[in-house]
Amino acid sequence: MSAQVLTYREALRSGIEQALVDDERVFLMGEDVGRYGGCYGVSKGLFEHYGELRIIDTPLCESGFVGLGIGAALGGMRPIIEVMTVNFSLLAMDQIVNSAATLRHMSGGQLNVPLVIRMACGAGLQLGAQHSHSWENLYAHIPGLKVLSPATYTDARHMITQALADPDPVIIFEHVMLLNTRGEVLEKSEASMEKALVRQQGSDVSLITYGGSLGKALAAAKQLQAVNISAEVVDLRCLRPLDNKAIIESVTKTHRAIIIDEAWLTGSLAGEISAIIMEQAFWHLDAPVKRICTAEVPIPYPSHLEQAALPQVEQIVSAAQAIMVAR
Amino acid sequence: MKHKLHLDRAHLLEQLKQMLRIRRFEEKCAELYAQEKIRGFLHLYIGEEAIAVGIMSTLSAKDNIVATYREHGHALARGLPMKGILAEMYGRTNGCSRGRGGSMHLFDKSHHFYGGNAIVGGGLPLAVGLAMANKRQGKQALTVCFFGEGAVAEGEFHEAMNLAVLWQLPVLFICENNRYAMGTALALSESETNIAKKASSYGMTAVQVDGMNVVDIEAASLTAVEHIRQTNKPYFLECQSYRFRGHSSFDGQLYRDKAEVKLWQEKGPVIRLITWLKENNGLEDEELNNIENEIKHEIQAAITFAEQGPWEPISDLVKDVYSPTATSDNTNNVTNLSQGNQS
Repeated sequence: MSAQVLTYREALRSGIEQALVDDERVFLMGEDVGRYGGCYGVSKGLFEHYGELRIIDTPLCESGFVGLGIGAALGGMRPIIEVMTVNFSLLAMDQIVNSAATLRHMSGGQLNVPLVIRMACGAGLQLGAQHSHSWENLYAHIPGLKVLSPATYTDARHMITQALADPDPVIIFEHVMLLNTRGEVLEKSEASMEKALVRQQGSDVSLITYGGSLGKALAAAKQLQAVNISAEVVDLRCLRPLDNKAIIESVTKTHRAIIIDEAWLTGSLAGEISAIIMEQAFWHLDAPVKRICTAEVPIPYPSHLEQAALPQVEQIVSAAQAIMVAR
Repeated sequence: MKHKLHLDRAHLLEQLKQMLRIRRFEEKCAELYAQEKIRGFLHLYIGEEAIAVGIMSTLSAKDNIVATYREHGHALARGLPMKGILAEMYGRTNGCSRGRGGSMHLFDKSHHFYGGNAIVGGGLPLAVGLAMANKRQGKQALTVCFFGEGAVAEGEFHEAMNLAVLWQLPVLFICENNRYAMGTALALSESETNIAKKASSYGMTAVQVDGMNVVDIEAASLTAVEHIRQTNKPYFLECQSYRFRGHSSFDGQLYRDKAEVKLWQEKGPVIRLITWLKENNGLEDEELNNIENEIKHEIQAAITFAEQGPWEPISDLVKDVYSPTATSDNTNNVTNLSQGNQS
């Protein structure tokens, strides 16, 4: 019996804890990660076990403590920085984009920044327009960064290990709607962190997605099976670098692609992936690529409006049915 | 507490030589810029040489330096070879950052020289983080962070001061107050123009020092460094200085009077030390000429080195965006991505 059943939150915590045990250079730093147990409870209990030198509560100063993390990484430590939400990370974006992502290049390869930054993202908790966004694409745009989106319990558990082993800055996005859900955690990661994985084999249409939308894509694939449409579900896992090969392999097999991405449509990763398909698999397509993204509105507070803004299973199902009409 | 300085003649001559190296190097850079050998932005340190020279002479080889985009003087005073600095400004692969950085991004890991940071205030948290790493690993080294008074208005200044004092980290903050943030005078950008006073409100020792006097700076730095090494706590020096040239190569200097510049030039750090040495230590013109000649040759050799430096081939364009990784798969992916998914 190799699999353990954990919540996504427990899987994240277990990964962090393993890192603390394995490498004394590792510390966790962020707002309320210690005594409070983490805004989303991810680090609960770690402070009591590992103490204030390894689980470090910071003042509210995203740019300051992310910058400190970069400096500490340059100085030989292996910091894990928690930024409460992607929305707050914009206050640290200067340090992430102008320092962490550039130092290796600007120094002609003399320096590197082995830093892991974790942040919560995603809508669904009715947290309104300043706590709910999916801005993975902002960071996926930046050369010098690597961007991970663990969508499964196994990835929640193991991606932190892979990220810490990487010599360059890695950002991990943790979708808030996954935290309380529960599932199997394998003993080892199924692939290197930069590989996309096919979560469900299919032959008619590729549902390409990541993070909080993976569950929706899998649910849609199940419904589609009932109407005789075989959907393949590709979990991107890593948003920079994108696993172009896996995307193209799937589309070459199914000849149709729907991209499900919780970001706003305009300027989304869905647009990037669509362009990759156009450039590299255009002649394999039997139908135009379809994107299902969040409506172009700051995330509204009322539940019915919030849900209406987000990609939903029904949309994926209808899009797949529409795309198959030409069959 | 006052510290014993090496006020002997040889040491003062060495300090003079270091300041003159920076002065003549910067003057040559301005010329080379006019000849379009150096491109981009060029921020000259002329007028502020005493600060870098005074501070660096009190540090150990293991201490970390974080500087700004006006950092040629700091790099030279730290001991980075002049030829590598100039080659960097030429954009050649024999530059200290392999040509990728340019004038604003001089790096040298072997000298613990962490840039060359061109986002005002951005280097401050970085320096505090380096200090944190040193403290956690029980290293005796301290981290020196240079920044201008313009950075004091940034939020990152506040964040870095707070964290350094809150966590008692071994950082020496050097505010190079040259009175103008680009073209905006201190009084137009700070509610409290006494920067040391502002810094002391965070709960650390903060001192103002005459930034035009290399001896005063060295003395103040000795005190600061000893304080940090003994207590592992941060310390703040505000060096009151003046930049004689414009902010960068594109500065018409409409914001200040020529008379004001002249006044400061008269009390400049180089002329001041020369005058003092002549009056008190019998500095001869011949000695000065010898120093100037030595520097002239060093600069000439640096130019030759830079001009002979190879250009990086375009095939290496995306090199050093990421570290080489163990699996070739990953490297390929990253390369493809950096090149815009052309594969």
